[in-house]
Amino acid sequence: MDVSLSEDQRLIGESVRGYLAEHAGPEQLRKAVEDGQAFAPSLWRGLTQDLGLVGLMAPEALGGAGLGARDMALVLEALGERLAPAPFFETAVLALPALLALARPDQVERWAAPLVAGERRACLAFADAQGRPDLDALEAQLTTTPTGWRLDGRSRFVSGLPASDLVLVVARHPDEGLSLLALPLPAAGVTALSVPSLDPTRPMGELAFDAVEVSADDIVGAAGQARKALHDVLATAAALLAAEAVGVAQACLDMTLAYVQERKQFGRTIGSFQAVKHALADMVADIEAARSAALYGVLAIDQGGPDASAAASASLAWCLDAAKRCAGQAIQLHGGVGFTWEHLAHLYFKRAWSNATFLGAPERHREHVAARMGLDATAPSSEPH
Amino acid sequence: MELTYAPELEAYRAEAAGWLHSQLSGSFAHLRGVSDHVTQIPERRAWEAALGQAGWSCVGWPAAFGGRDASIAEQVIFAEEYARAGGPERIGHIGVELAGPTLLAFGDADQKARLLPDIAAGRSIWCQGYSEPNAGSDLAAVRTRAWREGETYRIEGQKIWTSMGAIADWCFVLCRTEPGSVGPKGLSFLLVRMDQPGVTVRPIRQMTGESEFCEVFFDGAIAQADDRVGAEGDGWRVAMGLLAFERGVSTLGQQMRFRTELDEIIALAKANGAARDALIRQRLVTADTGLKVMRLHALRMLSGEPGALGPEALTYKLFWSNWRRDLGELAMAVGGREAELAVAGGGFSPLTHMFLMSRADTIYAGTNEIQRNLIAERGLGLPREARG
Repeated sequence: MDVSLSEDQRLIGESVRGYLAEHAGPEQLRKAVEDGQAFAPSLWRGLTQDLGLVGLMAPEALGGAGLGARDMALVLEALGERLAPAPFFETAVLALPALLALARPDQVERWAAPLVAGERRACLAFADAQGRPDLDALEAQLTTTPTGWRLDGRSRFVSGLPASDLVLVVARHPDEGLSLLALPLPAAGVTALSVPSLDPTRPMGELAFDAVEVSADDIVGAAGQARKALHDVLATAAALLAAEAVGVAQACLDMTLAYVQERKQFGRTIGSFQAVKHALADMVADIEAARSAALYGVLAIDQGGPDASAAASASLAWCLDAAKRCAGQAIQLHGGVGFTWEHLAHLYFKRAWSNATFLGAPERHREHVAARMGLDATAPSSEPH
Repeated sequence: MELTYAPELEAYRAEAAGWLHSQLSGSFAHLRGVSDHVTQIPERRAWEAALGQAGWSCVGWPAAFGGRDASIAEQVIFAEEYARAGGPERIGHIGVELAGPTLLAFGDADQKARLLPDIAAGRSIWCQGYSEPNAGSDLAAVRTRAWREGETYRIEGQKIWTSMGAIADWCFVLCRTEPGSVGPKGLSFLLVRMDQPGVTVRPIRQMTGESEFCEVFFDGAIAQADDRVGAEGDGWRVAMGLLAFERGVSTLGQQMRFRTELDEIIALAKANGAARDALIRQRLVTADTGLKVMRLHALRMLSGEPGALGPEALTYKLFWSNWRRDLGELAMAVGGREAELAVAGGGFSPLTHMFLMSRADTIYAGTNEIQRNLIAERGLGLPREARG
């Protein structure tokens, strides 16, 4: 099996990196973060209208490129390297694939096409009260009314909400099962709040629903039929978040390598000290392993099959941990300056940690893999004797 | 997901697997799964000879010297099938994986013709005369010296950590031929017969209880001048070329053995209830993913530009050796007290043996510390460590 990049894939990586170098540099990132939304409109136009990246995995008939997870992973790795201030993951990896998996043709036209064209930005509300992707414990509740449905409850921890004008809400119905709702903002009965949080580069928000009237038009596809599609979307998203985490880790290495080659103490560059060299060598080994783990995930998703979801989880758990280690080491090896607000290191550190809860914690994903491996999860006695 | 190295080579894989299974369930069934290098030596020599006879001993070598001209992918496939079939640890591996490739790269036509067929046929077992008591990671500090006497060299000195020293027929010796030289200059690479009066071998007992490696003393031992590989004084270049083989693609095939070991641990965890512990489950999954990482590292290496050493190759030794050391610790956590018990006939269970052996993985073929130097210096371009 040849896993080298095709010429087209090489070009995707190069063109995205080239574009981001110009439009998502450190100054643009700082400015977007200070604005509070981590959203740069000109960057969004570039990613969507100029480069056509949101629709990379969408069908060509819709203006997409019809490519796979491995291709999208190249984009996400590059975006992770820059912490590009845009709700790209939320729109292109969560919202659009969920729409495409479930929407009727008229809904594709109405909701998906504007996303591909860069005219709207969207996010997916899929978390439970603790922010876990537990589709059985969602607080967004759908009930039947004489004319349709009504939506109550809330959706917390909605990444990308502050910059989005379309939200896709996963809601539970006591009898029908899970449905996906498309709600353009603002909407009657829907309160959308920005919620300041750890990672200013991926802001999140919270939705409250107060007797929101829901019609069949608002339900993406058929009512109660969303579960399988959401599992698939979240599995693909897991593999792609792993790729983003590799980009985050690589950027941490790059900035640290540059710093230790320039910073002098005791009359030598600190990069000449073995303790520092070995720490960097461990980061390289960590990142190369994560790169292979991420590749494993996206290849499994593109191949499909019953193991794809477990492979994506294994890949994500591995890469999240690697990115956290590398981001932590970046701060450590920068010394005091790495702890400052001015330096970018803390933004990478915060992204590494917020990624590790975004789609579920590494431990949760490893439990999923364990179940797939047939490992018995029956709880042991809590007494040591 | 199937992550096969080369689907077009399935016929080759089937042929190798077929031969190995028939042998290891037939006349060599008693060697199946033997994981040491020290027991049943006559039978192990017979096994090396059988591999040679069938052309499976040195598949990557040219056919003219007893190989099959196998591509790198084919070599890895054979190594995988060897491990899958439970082939015993090969007592011929120093000759097959190190001495042979070194002769192919640096030897003259006469040396290749004289020495390679015996290695390929399993007739000669080799050992490696590199490390000395004061030359470990700092290999260029070797002090064993040799001087010319007519058509021979005389050798004085001591080597250590010499695997297979007690049974080997030949040793390749890195020694100082230029008196007063220091460091990598003035070294030569000599091939020395072990069955001669000037060579004394003393086994070293290691933490497993076995004596796989030895001290080797050269006291006026003789090497033929014809058996010097490369020019006199050019031994360092030859020695470094050999290290590339030791850290190279030849290690990819062992992933299949790692798979077998991890599968045993998973089966044990299910059987003895250890898997009910969430922390154990987490570690088992991490080990499993680590093996997938190695698989993808291998695929990346085999897909890369020929001859180009990517970062995944530069970090591979550090990665797999740490992974295996963790696996050993996981085996003990899963096995519990039962794993501490000696088995009938002495020694320990295969998993406990693996746990002990894994402590060597992070030392031999370049310690973790040396690997980190290499990654930092060659991979990142950071300043080199001060050298002697």
